[in-house]
Amino acid sequence: MSLKTTLLLIPLLPLAAAIIAGLLRNQVGRAGAHWVTILGVAASFFLSAWVLYQQIYGGLETQNLSIYTWMVSDGIRFEVGFLIDHLSVLMMTVVTFVSFMVHIYTIGYMAHDPGYQRFFSYIALFTFSMLMLVMSNNFLQLFFGWEAVGLVSYLLIGFWFKRESAIFAGLKAFLVNRVGDFGFLLGIAAVLYCFGSLDYATVFGNSQDVVGQTVEIIPGMEWHWITVICVCLFIGAMGKSAQAPLHVWLPDSMEGPTPISALIHAATMVTAGIFMVARMSPLFELSDAALSFVMLIGTFTALAMGLVGIVQNDIKRVIAYSTLSQLGYMTVALGVSAYSAAIFHLMTHAFFKALLFLGAGSVIIALHHQQDMRYMGGLRKFMPITWITAWVGTLALIGFPFMSGFYSKDAIIEAVAESSRFGAGVAYWGVLVGVLVTAFYSFRLLYLTFHGEPRFTVDVGAGDHPPDGILQHKPVESPAVVTVPLILLAIPSIVIGYFTIGPVLFGGWLNDSIAVLPQNDVMAELGGHFHGAAAMAEHAVTTAPFWLMITGFVLATVIYRLRPQMSDYLQGRMPGLHRVLENKYYFDELYQKIFVSKIVSIGNGLWKKADAAFIDGWLVNGSARLMGTLSTKVRVWQTGYLFHYAFAMIVGLIGILAIWVMLK
Amino acid sequence: MLTLAHFLSLGAILFCLSVAGIFLNRKNVIILLMSIELMLLAVNMNFVAFSRFLGNLDGQVFVFFILTVAAAEAAIGLAILVVLFRNRNTINVAELDDLKG
Repeated sequence: MSLKTTLLLIPLLPLAAAIIAGLLRNQVGRAGAHWVTILGVAASFFLSAWVLYQQIYGGLETQNLSIYTWMVSDGIRFEVGFLIDHLSVLMMTVVTFVSFMVHIYTIGYMAHDPGYQRFFSYIALFTFSMLMLVMSNNFLQLFFGWEAVGLVSYLLIGFWFKRESAIFAGLKAFLVNRVGDFGFLLGIAAVLYCFGSLDYATVFGNSQDVVGQTVEIIPGMEWHWITVICVCLFIGAMGKSAQAPLHVWLPDSMEGPTPISALIHAATMVTAGIFMVARMSPLFELSDAALSFVMLIGTFTALAMGLVGIVQNDIKRVIAYSTLSQLGYMTVALGVSAYSAAIFHLMTHAFFKALLFLGAGSVIIALHHQQDMRYMGGLRKFMPITWITAWVGTLALIGFPFMSGFYSKDAIIEAVAESSRFGAGVAYWGVLVGVLVTAFYSFRLLYLTFHGEPRFTVDVGAGDHPPDGILQHKPVESPAVVTVPLILLAIPSIVIGYFTIGPVLFGGWLNDSIAVLPQNDVMAELGGHFHGAAAMAEHAVTTAPFWLMITGFVLATVIYRLRPQMSDYLQGRMPGLHRVLENKYYFDELYQKIFVSKIVSIGNGLWKKADAAFIDGWLVNGSARLMGTLSTKVRVWQTGYLFHYAFAMIVGLIGILAIWVMLK
Repeated sequence: MLTLAHFLSLGAILFCLSVAGIFLNRKNVIILLMSIELMLLAVNMNFVAFSRFLGNLDGQVFVFFILTVAAAEAAIGLAILVVLFRNRNTINVAELDDLKG
């Protein structure tokens, strides 16, 4: 099997599986749907892993393959092509692995759902779209994958389409992403304008050409083209990777089924923006202003969204805010030119965040779709595997030494400390405090869910839909299809950082994909201090992030484990702060007031005035009414009397003759 | 001295009378048929007059054809009238108003 065939099979197998499971859903049945999609994604994963193996041990060079030319217009080629370098293969392997785990897990989570085949079809389609996005060698295909994952995300957030909140959340995600995509499309258009090509190789090869070129977007203000391009592209990334102020869709997307929250809204799709900026590093490197912007947006998201996570009660929402915060960390890393650290954190985060979400899903199954942590507690005794894997995920998330999250997060913090870019000082304090916040909300979640006294009661005769806090029977550990993916995700969550930090961050593994200017290269400076993964972890106890993490842990333990009444006391002492956090800084209300209500009233006005009154009432019904009035007038002439008709004929004849005579 | 104009005037007067007869008549279909006959005769009058004054007999030949057709038409008209009376029990024009949508 040639390399080209292999690479084509990687995205096309999930696509074929999605089509079979989706269009032939009645023929293949429930079991058929999950078998065909799991086999498709598993094959895709093993082929990706094979390509990765070939790159590490087989000496496989970077491949830039053009598969198909869609069209050539005015010298611009629109192509489908694959750029297979270390970055894209890393992404492919992570995406297909997490997707593979989520497919298996879904068998358990969606077991009784009537939309079973549809769900499998969608997630396989998502895998295809994401692979097209990361494998692309040009901007057009990137945009195709970008929009396709957005579409699947929309379909899956609104998967339970009978719930009004799910429909609303799907719409919100779609619309907020449109804002980002508008910027992204402008960025691509600017690239096309400046370089006359959509091909990565051409654009990156000629990136020096636009340096110094300026454009006047607002008259009187000169902007560098490169900054305009990068900021526009990053606005796209803000939409997809949920950076403030376009983050509002991500917490609401938790309305979707939990496997989706794990796969799309935590591990893979939301990292597309991070991936894209890393891929565009040859462009971003040329604009310090754009990178500062990226860094500050990331800092705000990392810290502010982590704080919101502290006051949420819905287990999935806490993890969603944690995802936002971690995406903020990745964005900060991008902003200080530590692209490899961002990609590294992306990878470790994909594993432990998918693990945390799937663990939350396991809890939700056990509690019959109860997501409110105020009605949990003490689940440790009932579901030990979920409990242990949740601990693993939490330790990885807070960056406990030797866990995967420790290496990636510490690398980011160190990189920010090294950076001398404008705003790096603020960013450093932001990410440091973020560590404390992360540890605090993570342990709060763990304690409220698994420890302490159960806050639910078991009542056998409670009926089908018992009120909150009452269960029909004792919670039990989830079936193997749920726990096996948890265990398989827990393993990389522990070890992947330890084994890969050397090559990925400091071994130049990503050098063929990522370009960093020498004066910005913070990772090279860090590499000077790096003496192996074990030494880094041992050294951790002398660094600030470690002690901040411990502080967060101790605070959470005291407040939620030892002195439960303290949380209410603190809440009472700081009502203003609590209200602001509980309302997520009023972003939703602000948008509702500024944009949504205005647009809705414009829409209502257009509907009532332009459509209902003018087009419908005046043009359509008006012309019908005119004909009606005219014909009521005219119809009385049709008397049915022969002599009237004869008279009309004669008068007509005379009239025509008269005209004829006069014209002669 | 009778000129062409006199004959044409007579034809026109007869024609107008017959037109008036068609749509002033509210009573009787027979009068309608008679008016149509009269209309044809008025036309005939024109034909004959022109034929005489132009010294061309073609017009008078035409008149014979018209008279023949008029006779046939009168026969068919009366036959329709009989059938109409059988069906509707009336030949009152004011009641025959079925010719509409």
